[in-house]
Amino acid sequence: MAGIKIHGSTISTAAQRVFACLYEKDIDFELVPVDMRAGEHKSEAFIAKNPFGQVPAFEQGDLYLFESRAITQYIAEQYADKGTALTCPSKTEPMLLVWKEVEAHQFDPVASKLNWEIVIKPIFGMTTDPGPIEELETKLVKVLDVYEARLSKSKFLACDCFTLADMHHLPNINLLMGTQLKKHIDSRPHVSAWVANITARPAWVKVLALQNKQ
Amino acid sequence: MVVKVYGPAYGSTKRVLVCLVEKGIDFETVPVDLIKGEHKQPDYLALQPFGAVPVIQDGDCTLYESRAIIRYYAEKYKDQGTDLLGKTIEERGLVEQWVEVEAHNYHPPIYTLTLQILFASKMGFTADENLIKESEGKLGKVMDLYEERLSKSKYLAGDFFSPADLSNLPFTQRLVSEMGKEYMIRQRKHVSAWWDDISTRPSWLKVKDLL
Repeated sequence: MAGIKIHGSTISTAAQRVFACLYEKDIDFELVPVDMRAGEHKSEAFIAKNPFGQVPAFEQGDLYLFESRAITQYIAEQYADKGTALTCPSKTEPMLLVWKEVEAHQFDPVASKLNWEIVIKPIFGMTTDPGPIEELETKLVKVLDVYEARLSKSKFLACDCFTLADMHHLPNINLLMGTQLKKHIDSRPHVSAWVANITARPAWVKVLALQNKQ
Repeated sequence: MVVKVYGPAYGSTKRVLVCLVEKGIDFETVPVDLIKGEHKQPDYLALQPFGAVPVIQDGDCTLYESRAIIRYYAEKYKDQGTDLLGKTIEERGLVEQWVEVEAHNYHPPIYTLTLQILFASKMGFTADENLIKESEGKLGKVMDLYEERLSKSKYLAGDFFSPADLSNLPFTQRLVSEMGKEYMIRQRKHVSAWWDDISTRPSWLKVKDLL
């Protein structure tokens, strides 16, 4: 099988999802940097790989994929027998499907907007807009309450194993934990324990180390 | 055992119903009135803690998130009814890619249009004309990308009908019928042909008017 190339940036949360997956699976890959500050993700060359002009893009021989959660799903299936399973023991475990969607539709929209305002904008010299933050924070708290209830009954979100559903949260949780919003995680014992557990995984530590290499 | 599906009147639920019909799986529907706030009642939250539709009950199994439910039935009943997931892992990768595109790029603006144009007065707020204009602009850009894709591929993921196409049905139907924006589809030759194909599938015709 041809080598894997990931076109993206080490600080992109979506790209980090894919790096985490590759490290969990112990699969070699080549990182092809995309300079987003220079608008490279809107260049013709990149658009040919992802017509939506978003990172990451996955390349393996003739196969091109985009959308981080489609890429991780493909990797998990193609390399099912390598590294961490990232799926539940029962192959058609429905809870894995549910909690992957929950991350994508309940957690991510709120967490990524908060991270954008509080963490990313200042890095690029833009001003945080306090307007949406209060409402977003209220929504985050409601989502974390549901997570707290779930994690009091299940070691990880989908089942008792670490899966894609947990892994997909890592990039945004990593950023949230560097803000005042971490208090909402710290004050929920099961969520707090789950965050401590998943952020300590060696594969995730490697993803963070990528940022230092560039 | 018959699958119980809550909230059949709503777009997200109709995605699931189309899938069940394609797979030849029997179901019964349970109406949920979002305007009356039935989705925020304790009985409903016990099934779907985020208070959204749909949720399904299949024996002991309770599932929510429409695209999760679709993937579950498409996999579990792979050998029954329409094969929705492709023949190889690579084809499945493309299905997932285009489902993600619908979920993250197509759905947000079309959902905003649905709420603003069709539900504002029912839900007691004033429609935001700027937001409507902005959302139509965003949706148009995604449709341009669909147009490009469909000029090279019969369906979004490849030469087979999949959840990537299916997921677009309910809200796009509202766009062309109730929201009066059929021109967005007709202005784009390949999107137009694709729309005529998928919107006349027996499975869609069976569920589109369910309440």
